[in-house]
Amino acid sequence: MSSTTVEPNSVAPGPTQVAPQADGTGVPSYSLAPKVTAAGAVEGELLEVSMGPQHPSTHGVFRMDVVLDGERVVKLKPVFGYLHRNHEKIGENTTYLASMPYTDRLDYFCSMTNNWAYALAVEKLAGLQVPERAEYLRVILAELTRLQNHASLGGFLLQDMGAMGTPLMYAFREREKILDLFESLSGARMMCNYMRFGGCRCDLPPGWVEQAKKVVNDFPGFLDEFETLLNENEILMARTQGVGLLPRALAISASVTGPMLRASGVNYDLRKVDKYGIYDRFDFRVPLGEHGDVYDRYMIRILEMRESLKILQQALRDLPEGSIIDPKAKLRGFRPKLGEAYGRIEAPKGELGFYLISDGSPNPYRYRVRAPSFINLTILEDMCLGHIVADAVIILGSVDIVLGEVDR
Amino acid sequence: MLGEAIIKGMAVTARNFLGSYVSDERLTTIQYPDERQSLSEAVRNFPFLVYDAGDWQKGLRCVACQICEKECPPKCIYIVKSKDKKPDYIGKPQLYPAIFDIDTSVCMSCQICVEVCPFDAIKMDTEFELSTADRFGGLLLHKDQLAKPNTYYHKIHPTEAGEVDARLAAEKAKVEAKAKADAEAKAKAAAAKPAPVLAAAAPGAAPSLAAKPA
Repeated sequence: MSSTTVEPNSVAPGPTQVAPQADGTGVPSYSLAPKVTAAGAVEGELLEVSMGPQHPSTHGVFRMDVVLDGERVVKLKPVFGYLHRNHEKIGENTTYLASMPYTDRLDYFCSMTNNWAYALAVEKLAGLQVPERAEYLRVILAELTRLQNHASLGGFLLQDMGAMGTPLMYAFREREKILDLFESLSGARMMCNYMRFGGCRCDLPPGWVEQAKKVVNDFPGFLDEFETLLNENEILMARTQGVGLLPRALAISASVTGPMLRASGVNYDLRKVDKYGIYDRFDFRVPLGEHGDVYDRYMIRILEMRESLKILQQALRDLPEGSIIDPKAKLRGFRPKLGEAYGRIEAPKGELGFYLISDGSPNPYRYRVRAPSFINLTILEDMCLGHIVADAVIILGSVDIVLGEVDR
Repeated sequence: MLGEAIIKGMAVTARNFLGSYVSDERLTTIQYPDERQSLSEAVRNFPFLVYDAGDWQKGLRCVACQICEKECPPKCIYIVKSKDKKPDYIGKPQLYPAIFDIDTSVCMSCQICVEVCPFDAIKMDTEFELSTADRFGGLLLHKDQLAKPNTYYHKIHPTEAGEVDARLAAEKAKVEAKAKADAEAKAKAAAAKPAPVLAAAAPGAAPSLAAKPA
């Protein structure tokens, strides 16, 4: 690892900054002027590079302003907001129901979990009871979402490392089957807009459960194949092990959630902690990492997919008959009583929360989204410092961001 | 052995590549547009207006209540109510939309207009090949482009359309039965009571009641 402290040049001094401390705090000092050694010889200079927003490896319109000492990252400034769509303000100016399709467009990979988190918040606000069958459907759809999100993340991450195409295409082949399930149920592959306050919008079409069972039973075969493809690959291990370390303490203090937090060895999964919905009925384990490097974050997702399959098998087996929506739920003229509510779930990317304040009108007074990608992204610099540019790319890939959610 | 895992990975790739020649199940792509996937029944794209019977202008189910316009999240629906009234499928005089526009470049296919419509007048289409050279005029659909017959609705969403038809038929039967019962009760009352009372009551009857088909 190269030194992150650089002697400021006397001609063009860099901004006064605090040198990084041993515990990882402090802002690294740098100067874009030529580096001069004690003997007076010029050693080269730092280079400021703007990666993105059109860079193919930034997973969307995201920019990293990196300062490089040769190949090493000395400073990294994430710049976001290119995809800002005023989501929260729109939410405050439309009815509760009209915000539901907008939540699909936060993390467009996981519209089902977004729907669920928002519905959970509104249900708390309005005191609606979700029927048994709808709870099971929600769990099934959320876990299917987790499967397809983690599978595609694996593909994208490996693509960032140079495994061009193959793993990503295999992941997308499987994802397609899950999207077909979403389509035949909700009518749309990605923008499902399926959940409603107090339940779900429509019941399963005939043959859906059988189709879902087939997908769930075939999925372990794909996971085995995916793991054989690259898991033990020497190049992959060399590229990912010990790269982008996220210490446990930093992960907690930066309120990182989801697979990233668990890869650092913190046992915190809202499905176990909150037991929202009916997650207390299922038997599954929470995989934990040890080192908190990119390899752990990749493996955690593979293991989580296997646990999701366990939940899916139990949920599909136990799926009861019955109504799918609370009879008290109203589609039009929905006005929850005064109050506030925070609904949070374990989305594939971390803790997704919706905070709503109701003033009794048809629109929420305040509508706030706690987006996991956004908060997980805040520690990007801490993970990237001292690594080469190509590592910064895979560290970003391992955070698993979707810019729709980061920028909102 | 160094490189063992790489060889294993290559074997997986080779198996997938060669397998596509042996098993059709391994072929994951199709040659669009020559080959087409069959769409599932629930598929939705953009809304259209349903009309019954032969003439789209007479049979339009929409009564211009403007609920969908109000509930639409991106506000892509524009409705102007008519000045006069037309009888709907149960013969009740209703307003109709003088203008009904949907800007499909703004629509986000969320189906909320369909869910809130109390008249089953707006439904989701499955047509997705909508490219046009005119991005403003071509994507702003007017009433005549939006109106599609009930038979078309049956073609794209058979189960759902069947349910809707059954519901509408039941409603119509209920209304007709009520009208019949009302007429019978009226006739009975007229028979039971002496004639001068009926003559006195008749001018006071509302014009709408008089126009109602018995």
